[in-house]
Parts: sequence; C-alpha cells; structure tokens
Amino acid sequence: MIQMTVNGKAMRFEGDPEMPLLWYLRDELELTGTKFGCGMGLCGACTVHVNGEAARSCLTTMQAAAGKTITTIEGLSSQGEHPLQKAWKACNVPQCGYCQSGQIMQAAAMLRSKPKPSDREIDDQMQGNICRCGTYQRIRRAIKMAAGVQA
Amino acid sequence: MTAPHEVSRRGFLGRIFSAGALVIAAPLATKLGAQPDATSADGKVWQPGVYLGIEPDGTVKIVAHRSEMGTGCRTGLPMIVADELEADWARVQVIQAAGDAKYGSQDTDGSCSVRDFYDALRAAGASARTMLENTAAAKWGVPAEECAGQNHFVVHAKSGRKLAYGDLVAAASAAPAPARNDIRFKSPSQFRYIGKDMAIVDLDGLVTGKAAFGIDARMPGMVYAAIERPPVMGSALKTCDDAAAKLVKGVKQVVMLDLAKPPYGFQALGGAAVIADNSWAALQGRKKLKVEWDLGEHAGYESAAYRKTMLDTARQPGRVARETGNVDAEFAKGGKIVEASYYTPMLAHVAMEPPAAVAEFKDGKVTAWAATQNPQAVQETVAHALGIHKEDVLCHVTLLGGGFGRKSKPDYVAEAALLSKQVGKPVKIVWSREDDIRFDYFHSPAALYMKAAVDEKGRPSAWLQRSVFPPIAMLFNANEQYGGFQLGMGWTDLPYVIPNLRVENGPAKAQVRIGWLRSVSNIYHAFGVQTFTDELAAAAGRDRVEYLLELIGQPRIIDFAKEGVKQGGPDNPKYPFDTGRLRKVIELAAQQSGWANKKAGNGRALGIAAHRSFLTYVAAVAEVEVHGGEIRIPRVDVVIDAGRVINPDRVKAQFEGAAVFGASIALMGEITAAGGQIQQSNFDRYPVARMNEAPVETHVRIVESDAAPAGVGEPGVPPIAPAICNAVFAAAGKRIRELPIKKQLS
Repeated sequence: MIQMTVNGKAMRFEGDPEMPLLWYLRDELELTGTKFGCGMGLCGACTVHVNGEAARSCLTTMQAAAGKTITTIEGLSSQGEHPLQKAWKACNVPQCGYCQSGQIMQAAAMLRSKPKPSDREIDDQMQGNICRCGTYQRIRRAIKMAAGVQA
Repeated sequence: MTAPHEVSRRGFLGRIFSAGALVIAAPLATKLGAQPDATSADGKVWQPGVYLGIEPDGTVKIVAHRSEMGTGCRTGLPMIVADELEADWARVQVIQAAGDAKYGSQDTDGSCSVRDFYDALRAAGASARTMLENTAAAKWGVPAEECAGQNHFVVHAKSGRKLAYGDLVAAASAAPAPARNDIRFKSPSQFRYIGKDMAIVDLDGLVTGKAAFGIDARMPGMVYAAIERPPVMGSALKTCDDAAAKLVKGVKQVVMLDLAKPPYGFQALGGAAVIADNSWAALQGRKKLKVEWDLGEHAGYESAAYRKTMLDTARQPGRVARETGNVDAEFAKGGKIVEASYYTPMLAHVAMEPPAAVAEFKDGKVTAWAATQNPQAVQETVAHALGIHKEDVLCHVTLLGGGFGRKSKPDYVAEAALLSKQVGKPVKIVWSREDDIRFDYFHSPAALYMKAAVDEKGRPSAWLQRSVFPPIAMLFNANEQYGGFQLGMGWTDLPYVIPNLRVENGPAKAQVRIGWLRSVSNIYHAFGVQTFTDELAAAAGRDRVEYLLELIGQPRIIDFAKEGVKQGGPDNPKYPFDTGRLRKVIELAAQQSGWANKKAGNGRALGIAAHRSFLTYVAAVAEVEVHGGEIRIPRVDVVIDAGRVINPDRVKAQFEGAAVFGASIALMGEITAAGGQIQQSNFDRYPVARMNEAPVETHVRIVESDAAPAGVGEPGVPPIAPAICNAVFAAAGKRIRELPIKKQLS
C-alpha cells in the first residue's frame, strides 16, 4: 500500500504502483485541475508540486510519490488568492485555460526558489510548459506582477 | 452526473428558468444564408432560437450557444445581449447550450460567432428591454418613450421613479413581444459593455483548476477506453489477439468497432477498444494488443514523394478560378519574368486538450458531454452511427482546451457512444497525444507556383498563381481533388491591381484525412502571395511597404465578379473588400513598428505581410534576429481592422496568440508520412512554439471602426509566417520558399 499527502489530506492507494500520479489525481481523487497533455513530460500541463518542487505528474509513478506531500492547483490556495492566481486574473492570462493550472504550478515553484526572476530565468523555468493558445507574454507579465519586478 | 455546466437535460428551459421567468425568443441568424435581416419588419424572422430569461429575483440568464475554446465568445456573445438589455453584468449568469438546431448553427468555426449573431443578440436584448420599459410605462401611465432601461432598472427620469427588472417580470411576461419596428435599440454611443474590456466569465475557474473541460466530464459508473485505430487511412483489420491485454490489471474487456469507410467524413475510425477501470489501465491494455492490419491503398503514401508530385503539378496548367486580361500573351512579350515555387507541409492541430468525451447509450438514446466545436454535428454523427434519430442524442458542451478546427469533427464522440452501446455503461474516451497527432484531420500540405512579368520598377503587368493541395472536400467525396471553397481563402481574392491576372488550382489526391486548421487555406495562400510580393520588391530594389501599397492600389471596393472570379470568391455584400481598409492597417503597422527608421543590421531586420481573411484586415510586421541556424523574434506588430469589436482585450489576446500560432507554423511545424503512417506522435518530434521561441512581445492595435463586426479568431494567423520569412530574408539574405524555416536554416 502507498501512502501520501494530497492537498493536506492523507491518502492510501492500493493499485498499480507504476500508474502515474496524474491518473490517480484525475480518475480516482477527481482532482481534475491537473491536466493531461502529452504523457511524456513534454508539455507541463500536468505539473504539480511534490514536496514543494514542480514535477510532471504524468511521469511521477505512484511508487515514486509514496510518502511525499503533493500539492495540486486545487490546493495551491483555498480561495484562489495566491499572488500568481491574482496576477493571472489581473492580466487576463487564460484563453482556453487548459494549460494554466500547470503554468501556475510551475511558476509558483519557481518563485519559491527565485522570488525576483529575470526574463531569462522566467524563460528557462517556463519553457517546459506549452500554451497552444499563445498566452506566453501575459504569463511573463503576470509572473513579474506577482513577483513585484519591473514589467 | 457531475455537470460541468448548468444545463442538464433536454427541454432545459424548465430547469434553468423558474416558472415565473420572462423568457425571450430572439430571431436567429444561421450560418448558411437564410439570415434574417435585422432591419426587416417581416414577422417571419421571429423564431425560437437564442434565449435569455429574467428571473423574478432579477437574475438574468443568457444562453451561450457557441463553444468556448479560448476565443472569449462565451463572454462576448452574452455581453451583446446584456448591453442591449441594460443588464447589470454582475447579475448575469451564462448558461451553456446543449446541441439543438433551434439555435441555428452552433458550429464554432470560421471566426463567425460574433458576426453571424451580433444583430440577433442585440435584438434579443433590446426586445426584452423594450418589453420591460413598456410594462413600467403602463404601470406609471406615462409614454413608453420616456422610460429607459438602466442597469437593471426601468427609470422614468421626469418623475424620478424606477422599478427593478425583477419586479417587472410577471407583468412583462404577459405582454406581447414587440413587433420588429417597435424594438428600441441603443445607439452605439450608449453601449455599456460592447467595446469595453471585460474579464471572461470562466476566469476564476480557470486559475483555480475548477473549470471543467471535456476531459474532466464524468458520468456515474463510467468506464475508460483506449482504441487501437487503423494505422493507415483505409486499413483493414486482419487479426486481433487480445489475450495479453485482458490480463492487465483494471482491464475489463476488449471490443471491436467497425472500421470507417470512405468518404470518411466525421465517422469514428474504428479498431480494437480496450475497456478499463481507469485511463492508465486502458492505455496499458492497448499496448498489449497484437493487431495485424492489411494497410490498403494508402500504404504507399510517402510525404516526400508527394511533395515533389505536388510541386510538379503546380508547374502544369490547372483549373482557372479567376482571369482578367491575357497573362500568356503578356508573358510571351519577352520582358522580365520572376517566378518561384513554394511549399508548406502538413500540420496537426495539437490543442492542449486532446479529443475527449463521455457518452452513455441508454434506452435507445445517447447523452454525451464533449469538448466539441459543433454539438449539432455530434448529434448527427452519433445518430447516424447508432441508427437513431438525432433528436435522441443530447450533447452537452464543456469548455474546450483549444479547438483550432479539430474539435469541429466529432469522430471521438461517436467512438464513446458506439462503445457505450456495446458495453452497456457510460464510456469515457480520451485520446492520447499520440492518437491526437497520428489520427488528426490534417491541415493539407500545399505547393504554390507564382509567376509575374514586371517592368523596370518591378510593377507586374501579368501575374499567374497556381495552388495545389488535397482538399477538405475529400471528407465528403473521397475522389475530390480540387480546392472548391478553399480557393476563396486568400487566393481568388487577391486585392492587387494587375491588368493581366490568372488564378489557378491544380489537383491533389488526399492520402490522409484532411481538415480545417485555424485560418485554413489562408495559411499557404498568404505565404505564397506575401512572400512572392517581397521577392518582386527585392528584385526591383523597392521598399517593401511602399511596393505592397502600390500593388494594392488606391482605395476602392473590389467587385470580384467584374475582376474575373469564376469560383470561390467572396460574395457577402455586407462585407465588401475595401482596399482602403487594407492600406490603412499596413500604414499603421509600418508606423507602429518603426519601419522607416529601423535599418537592418547585425542579423536583425523587419518583414511585413498583410492579408484579409474572415473579413478582417490584418497587417503584421515581424522583427527577427538570425544567427546561423538560430532565429529569435523579439517583436511583432499587428494592426487589425475587424469592424466593431465586442471585447477589445480578448480580441488583442486572439492576435497575440495568433502570432505564436503563426510562429509555430513558420519555424517548426511539419507532419510527414512514410508507408502511409504519420511519423510524428508527440511534442518531441512535432514541436510547437514554447515561451523562449515565441515572439517575445506582440503589440496589437485595433483600428476604431463602426463597420459590421468581422472575424477575430483566425485572421491573425496568415500574415505571421510570411512576415517572419520576409524578415529572415532582410536579416540574413536567405529566401524562405518552404516551411518550416528551421529546416531551411540548419
């Protein structure tokens, strides 16, 4: 049996330990804010925090998540009041919005280690997250707004 | 079931509106002509269609009948109703419509949601407000003209009295709807929401993970499916050994789906389906299937050889779609000739949400929740596949995680419905990224041939252009090889003043399913025309902007019938091609980008392209830096004239996004085939622009206009690739005649 904490709650799992965390979150816990995009860690739509670090849940097996603390977009803040979520709204970032959970989770992990990122650092940290609608310039603007750096 | 939106069953009015609600039926514009004239007094245009309701507590419910895939129409369309209604936006609830013919076309493509429904939605809101004003006037015993709806109240200014909308609902609902001529419309200067930046209604849900997409829809007791589909279009199944698949933990059964037959249309492709307890088990089970196929007639499809054939075809006479003067006689005079061939590859849509749906077949009826651009096509396709009436197919529409044309084709919803019938439970289908890319309805590859006879200043006296591409019409007639309506997309509507002009189209037989992708044929047509224009200007040593304006000529309204268009031309008199508007966006884009002052140097330069599509005029200036095989796009300037726009911030967002979409096409997009099979399957080999590759900043300017609203979802795409390619030539001297650029530079 695998145990882990998801958004502050203790969870137990008895299925296939090779199953990616993504499908456990989505199919079993119904935490559907974490999205499927590629299944190969190429697009970032499934990004969650594992022990505070950004991780692709499509590549993180249940075995690898055992004993860890998992945070999904649903657990990032209780009412959507994380500075990034507020900035995302102020900049009207989302178009279709599908990739934005992953974008926000990736950015949130970045700001924890780099509270005042440069443009180059933002590009480096965010290039793993694809937005097919092309909202990148607003994502960059929203990250800077949340970080309080010059836009 | 967990309902992504509030609409939860057919005949939903009884559910979403309480018994005391005032329900307004508005005239409905349909996409394919038969469009009621908003100024007509003909009573026949009043028909059931778009609904809004006002609850006795004052809550206004507006039905969004088009699909939200990121364009903002789920906010923009209700803004139009709310504006004319003088509703307080904070008290508006947007209800997503299920598929139903009573709404007119719900096919959310062709960039037409606003332009096809603007008049009808204004009439719906204004009609309701007129009724409320009339009702208040009768209560007060004053002329209705002295009463005005204002932000959820009817106000009588002379006496200072006012009544809340909710308090007027009971009496207003008993009054007759006003005749067409008696509806009091607002003047544009009175608009409260139209033309103002408004946050989209789903914004909170999208930043908290609560918004529901097709992939998130659930039905009680549902099972998950993964399908092994025919690897080559038209393959026949020889054998399927499912023993190992059935041993995978969580796999319940393996069932066979009939294979699609040409013409493929929107049919489910068929194949072997693994049914399981969860997505992962279904995918693991599918890997264990041992399926043998007879690959069939398209197994010989090699995209490299196909490219060469198309380029050769483009050098042969084709069908004439437009002709004025005598091109051949002019070419024979022995003057200077410039000619070039161009090629653009197949593309896949790769919306971030792959095709996804859940469906249940029960008691002879189907209920589905789907990320679809066209719920009525779901009804028709599912009904045909299952042999039931389309009225017995209820299709709820979720949010779409991108669409770009892919989700207009409901083959994946048909898969879920067919499987549900076989297994007796609701079935959830989510395409893997590999499924999405390998079994897409591909944007066609295209070959173009351009030829001009020019004088010493580069002015063309004769111009021949010929395009060759497998047409979308192959979906409905497997043997169709000519472009048809696609020729009206940036080809027959060439806006240049040239005395001798011929526009042609040559044949190409489709080897895969071909479909429409954001801006469709405008992509390659604009690439050919705008790159060739740049080549002519370069050959004559002319400034590109000045030369482009010279070809377009003085401001005029083009009558394409008089200018030789035989087929595929624009024909909507409400939106004549006005070259003055095209000139203006070009001039403004040049100005905004600093065209006159920024000189090329150090591998950095500007390039321009302009194109009208979906009735909107767009000019784009791209600034690029080229260093060896590396290309960077620090800035794009886009100026558009889309007539009146509803939500300017969302319109700007569409053009910012289109610059990124266009950059993907220009820089890196290419789908290839070998042995009839698609060679790419995920973002590793089919890359799209990432943050560090996309244009860094796109500056969008919207020309103020009170002209009829035009499209905004697609027209930003076509000028981007040629603008980038023209900038690459200016920066590095490398002429790009074939996409993607990265393949040419490396």
